[in-house]
Amino acid sequence: MIATIVRNGFRALHRDRGALILSFILPVAFFSIFAAVFGPMSGNSTPRVSVLVVDEDRSEASVALVNGLRQQGALSVKTRPDAKEGEPAPPEYSAATAEAAVKDGTAPAALIIPAGFGGNPVAFGPGPRRKAVRVLHDSSNPVAGQMVAGLLQEVAMTSMPASMAEVGMRYFDQASGGLTPEQRARIDANLARLKEFTARRSQAGESPAAGNAAAGGLVAVEMRDVVGENKRSPMIAFYAAGIGVMFLLFTASATGGSLLDEAESGALDRILSARVSMTTLLAGKLAYSMTLACCQLTLMFLWGAAVFHLELFSHLPGFIVMTLASSFTVAAFGILLASVSHTRGQQAAVATLLILTMSAIGGSMFPRFLMPETMKKVGLLTFNAWAIDGYTKVFWRDEPVSHLLPQVAALVGGGALLFLAARRFARRWESV
Amino acid sequence: MASTAPGAGSIPLEIESVVKRFGDVIAVDGISLQVRERACLGLLGPNGAGKTTLIRSIVGRVRPDSGSVRVFGEPASSPAARRELGWVPQDLALYPLLTARENLDAFGRYQGLGGKALRDAIAWCLEWASLADRAESVVKTLSGGMRRRLNMAAGLIHRPRIVLLDEPTVGVDPQSRNHIFEMVEALRRAGTTVIYTTHYMEEAERLCDLIAIVDHGRIIAQGSKEELVARSFGSRSDVLMRIEDAGAGAAAWAAARGGTLQDGVAHFPVDRPSDIAALLDGAARDGLNVIDLVLRRPNLESVFLQLTGRELRQ
Repeated sequence: MIATIVRNGFRALHRDRGALILSFILPVAFFSIFAAVFGPMSGNSTPRVSVLVVDEDRSEASVALVNGLRQQGALSVKTRPDAKEGEPAPPEYSAATAEAAVKDGTAPAALIIPAGFGGNPVAFGPGPRRKAVRVLHDSSNPVAGQMVAGLLQEVAMTSMPASMAEVGMRYFDQASGGLTPEQRARIDANLARLKEFTARRSQAGESPAAGNAAAGGLVAVEMRDVVGENKRSPMIAFYAAGIGVMFLLFTASATGGSLLDEAESGALDRILSARVSMTTLLAGKLAYSMTLACCQLTLMFLWGAAVFHLELFSHLPGFIVMTLASSFTVAAFGILLASVSHTRGQQAAVATLLILTMSAIGGSMFPRFLMPETMKKVGLLTFNAWAIDGYTKVFWRDEPVSHLLPQVAALVGGGALLFLAARRFARRWESV
Repeated sequence: MASTAPGAGSIPLEIESVVKRFGDVIAVDGISLQVRERACLGLLGPNGAGKTTLIRSIVGRVRPDSGSVRVFGEPASSPAARRELGWVPQDLALYPLLTARENLDAFGRYQGLGGKALRDAIAWCLEWASLADRAESVVKTLSGGMRRRLNMAAGLIHRPRIVLLDEPTVGVDPQSRNHIFEMVEALRRAGTTVIYTTHYMEEAERLCDLIAIVDHGRIIAQGSKEELVARSFGSRSDVLMRIEDAGAGAAAWAAARGGTLQDGVAHFPVDRPSDIAALLDGAARDGLNVIDLVLRRPNLESVFLQLTGRELRQ
């Protein structure tokens, strides 16, 4: 008896493609996606943190520090913007252009070595004469700023041995009551050799030996949040957009699925036998789904404004543009999904698979800026990524509406293509 | 109807050699029909005979491989023809989460109605379907019979001149079925041309003045009920005689008089009712105890059996 029940269960499962996909393909697909997204973040292949470095000092110590930062495997150091093809290399970053680049999201952090840093680069304790290295960061990526500041201390330990020794001897000179001329001459000779060694190692591209990263405070650091420094809830817009778009996709797929319900009940036949064309019908479904999506996003952002101090009302134009573009795209996605599916079960299974996949790689579940470079690029194939990028520009970077053109173009263009594809697939519901 | 309506004066429905194949299956195999104004044509046939495909060809939901369908002289796919056609599909093609009134409003708008014309049409439909008191009820809370009636009303919201009813009584109780018959009869009284598909011969007999028997995608006979019966059986009737303890002897007795014995009932074809007396005399003479006796005029079921060798509901 039990065997019969088990056999019947497997027979039914075998014939239910939707259930089969949910049972076997979805878990494996998700495992693969998360392994690809998060796997490289552990072990040796930690993604590098991109940092813009400005050396205003140009001293021996600052050059050694910059070289040391370049050698640091966890950082990707840039001192000037990438050159466009066929054009001369652009000038190096200044403090102002580096700050602007962090603000517009080019890099999550910038490190400014101020003029005069080389005069007193390190200290074994607080000192009034030290010039602080400024770390400018974007708090939407809280990891980057802290990581740059921490690695700066490590690099200072290992890349400026001469400066370390010089300062050490100065302390010793003061504490011991003064060195003899012979002692001072010998120390100066050794320091010269040490500087020569450091320069040679730097030219050879060798990495400094791993230092004690825990020895903080060796180089004075001044951290400054240059994006959203006045914002009370830094990540709320990101989460509102990320979670909002993911659920929008689910809602749009359910709304689009009404086409399948109507086809099954015969209502679709009745509608199409009246004075309604398939294009009109799909346009109507798109309009409904888009309106619903707009309402959902508005509710989510209103809630964010009321409870989490999201600055919605000071960003209304950008919010409206991004909400309309995102809603249009998810509505078209839902209709396409219904048009290609033959049953509600099939549509639900494919929708779950696609939406969770897009949400995982598109940044709805986990910020894209923390993903490996490859996954960041793959994420741009999803609507989630474009929508989140657009909302981030509006709410986080305070960028004007005109800067949303790439995101709006990607969303609206993609949505239009999906709608055209849906219209094509919907031909099967017209006269047979 | 207004005299300026498209095709006024021409034949409401003309079907000419329509063929429709689905893969290797020929669903409609060269059907030709003409339906005159105010007529009620019954398409009678078993499930899978091709009735629904023919109806869907008329309303433009199926594209015939060959042949033509004209509505008041216009091609069936034309907007003018669609305005004149009202289709009640076999399925309950309604929005289950909308009320009866909201459904009628939606389908009315799909037919291009609006304003007062739509309000009047909804009121008429609710009245016609006896649903005025349930107008604000959500469809899924209505009984099966009420849903069927609303399904019919939704097909007539634009007051078409030709109504195609595709098995409208499927799955309803006898009381609701009667209600539906009354609705169809009201339509006929109002002068609407009706095409009614069914596999219940009693429905066709009650409602239709012209019957086309459909089998394997073809019309195998058409005419009034009387014409069809006369064509198949002439003036012959059936005598059904139930015999007590009917055994092999009774079967032999029936066979000797040109009859058959099935389940204790002997069937005899007779040309005149007076032939019954001779049968009763013979039974008494041979010691058979007749429990009851019925004289039955052949019906459409008998015609179908005669023409195809199969029962209508097989």
